[in-house]
Amino acid sequence: MTSGAPSTTVLSENDISRALTRIAHEILERNKGGADLVLLGIPTRGAPLARRLGERILAAEGRPDAPLEDLVGTLDITMHRDDLRRNPTRALEPTRIPSGGLDEKVVVLVDDVLYSGRTIRAALDAISDLGRPRAVQLAVLVDRGHRELPIRADYIGKNLPTSRSERVSVRLTELDGTDSVVLSS
Amino acid sequence: MRHLLSAADLSRAEAIEILDTTATMAATQSREIKKLPALRGLTVVNLFFEDSTRTRISFEAAAKRLSADVINFSAKGSSVSKGESLKDTALTLAAMGADAVVIRHQASGAPHRLATSGWVRTPVVNAGDGMHQHPTQALLDAFTMRRHLAGGGEAGPDGIGRDLAGAKVVIVGDVLHSRVARSNVDLLHTLGADVTLVAPPTLLPVGVHTWPCAVSYDLNATIADVRPDAIMMLRVQRERMSSAGGGFFPSPMEYSRRYGLDGTRLAALPEHCVVMHPGPMNRGLEISAKAADSPRSTIVEQVANGVAVRMAVLYLLLAGGTETEGSR
Repeated sequence: MTSGAPSTTVLSENDISRALTRIAHEILERNKGGADLVLLGIPTRGAPLARRLGERILAAEGRPDAPLEDLVGTLDITMHRDDLRRNPTRALEPTRIPSGGLDEKVVVLVDDVLYSGRTIRAALDAISDLGRPRAVQLAVLVDRGHRELPIRADYIGKNLPTSRSERVSVRLTELDGTDSVVLSS
Repeated sequence: MRHLLSAADLSRAEAIEILDTTATMAATQSREIKKLPALRGLTVVNLFFEDSTRTRISFEAAAKRLSADVINFSAKGSSVSKGESLKDTALTLAAMGADAVVIRHQASGAPHRLATSGWVRTPVVNAGDGMHQHPTQALLDAFTMRRHLAGGGEAGPDGIGRDLAGAKVVIVGDVLHSRVARSNVDLLHTLGADVTLVAPPTLLPVGVHTWPCAVSYDLNATIADVRPDAIMMLRVQRERMSSAGGGFFPSPMEYSRRYGLDGTRLAALPEHCVVMHPGPMNRGLEISAKAADSPRSTIVEQVANGVAVRMAVLYLLLAGGTETEGSR
């Protein structure tokens, strides 16, 4: 973040926690329970968000001791990006799919910010190489608008009207030491 | 990283980046759909002036798994046998729109010439040049060692992010003719491993004492003293010698007795030591069938890892945008 630029915290630690709890319940409500669910976090910040959602879903289902690895995975979409050759080479992140696979499951993609929609398009391509889910849904912490593709989220932590020049920074304890969403221009 | 010409050019960070990318690539190869779209629309030329089956197939498989198109060019039966120079061959390939050139050449330094001469403006990958370098072989060997020696714990089975610090590696055999040995010594030294070369004096190159490794003439003593974590048997390159050893050693039998990995030496190795060979093997000469087929042998695994390593190298060289606009 450039120094001196005005920035506002739009989501605090508690806001993020409440939003994730609500999304976890919405996922369970929409899918009539947690059976056949697979949460796939998109690295980097989608991965810890997916783990947090997974913990909340297991807690809400009354089986907090069930292995999180059977519910939550990560999906690296780097090689499916349409801007791969416009940027310097990106390091690859691991893809980890729960042992049950994706066939006939309901896959919930989890990412931090929904913006152009291109990441999600790439994720849909990546999923089709891994299996054939019964349905794919999308959960994001922040939807900041400006879509460039016909893609929408099923579960949204916060709708955040932004201009293209603004920056949305999501910080998570697992990676950044603190929980917050900051809007800066 | 613009080209991959020599294992000695790689920094520790670059080497670890390639090994980590290899781990990701290797994980995709157990899927039902192995093909990835990363290099869609790009063309990789395999320019092979020297006979090779496994390296060429490995590069071809790697490029195809990343959705690149592959053109194979072998010197036999091509314009080279009519007397075309490396320069003209390179210009022809560049004019046909190659996006990367993988080259194997019998002359040491040919890949370097190709990369720096301005004949082609694409990345160049050295797939073995003369008695000089074979960097992707060294990378796949390092990846295999890291998986067996540094894997586990937080870093996962592939030892993500780790180097080979403190690993003791013994490389045995025809070092003189071996680009694999040179590349491995360079890369393993960069990654922090301690390397000992074991060979008859006649099969060691002049100046080997300047390499960053120890040298021994006695395999039994080395196994007892070093207690290696990995032992790599090099192929005796009979095609580069005259028949019966060409004066490098008295007889194949004697070489096998003193430097071959037989059942006795296999039993003398530490429990966790892995047995490696870059292939193709001369069973009964540098390695016995018992050692080659033992559960500690990683020889088949090395071949599988070779595809993943070459995918990683092609990905890292080609997938990103080029710095200079219009060079593609």
